[in-house]
Amino acid sequence: MTSFRVAVHIVPRKGLLDPQGKAVADALHTLGFKAVSDVHVGRHLVIETTATDAAAAEASVRDMCARLLANPVTEDYEIAGVRTS
Amino acid sequence: MKFGIVSFPGSNCDDDAVFAATETLGQPAVKLWHKSHDLEGCDVIVLPGGFSYGDYLRAGAIARFSPIMREVAAHAQAGGPVIGICNGFQIACEAGLLPGALMRNAGLQFLSMPVTIRVEHTGTRWTSLCHEGQLLTMPIAHGEGRYTVDLATLERVEGEGLVVFRYVDANGEPTEAANVNGSLDNIAGVRNSAGNVVGLMPHPERALDPLLGSADGRVLFESVLAAVHA
Repeated sequence: MTSFRVAVHIVPRKGLLDPQGKAVADALHTLGFKAVSDVHVGRHLVIETTATDAAAAEASVRDMCARLLANPVTEDYEIAGVRTS
Repeated sequence: MKFGIVSFPGSNCDDDAVFAATETLGQPAVKLWHKSHDLEGCDVIVLPGGFSYGDYLRAGAIARFSPIMREVAAHAQAGGPVIGICNGFQIACEAGLLPGALMRNAGLQFLSMPVTIRVEHTGTRWTSLCHEGQLLTMPIAHGEGRYTVDLATLERVEGEGLVVFRYVDANGEPTEAANVNGSLDNIAGVRNSAGNVVGLMPHPERALDPLLGSADGRVLFESVLAAVHA
């Protein structure tokens, strides 16, 4: 078994109202970042786990996302990286 | 009729729910610790308000995996009455006992205020003594109460009459201004298909006496008592 650090991004599902993201986008516009079209505020999790290989570590974290880490009604997730630790 | 009020770490409305059962209805009530596997013969289950597990990850996301939730789900599956109030509503949605999810209020602020809700469905165990269109005033106290579902589920929720309460103005109209947290279709509470499980963001257990500003919450508890005795 190898130790892995798996990073996950969880963001509000596209199309759903994201008031936090909108508030941040408004603040960026106020600061002069006029090119910003949208902001999505979500969560970044780093899972430290052991697995036989990187693919198994990722598969395990995907299962965690489906069952606990992300809400299937309101959130999308993506694996941001799998590193040995 | 015995009430079981589930206490999660961070629940803070469990005592109010006990009060509703014992003082308002004159029925026995026990608190059920979330790590228990035993509903202790309770006929009615209340998932109370609060901040279970500090709202870590998402409100209700971790509480739904508490050991007792397996028993609560079985009770609900068997037709036993369950109500999820505020954080309890969030937990019930996370657990899949009710459709949808509760997201951050559209205005981002925590809202603590009285609201008016309209009874949309009287075929539930918790609204059987209400009449359709009845207006109830109750407090809300939440930061994450914006009811959300995907469009396909929304069609089912509306089509099958699963909406039990909507935020309305004093005239009973579901206006945008009355929709304080930005919920889809002004939805304040929903039920499951069988009508034994109801969840809502407003607090009926904090509206039991005119001295506290409203006694409109009583009818929910009286309904479940009448339904069980019927």
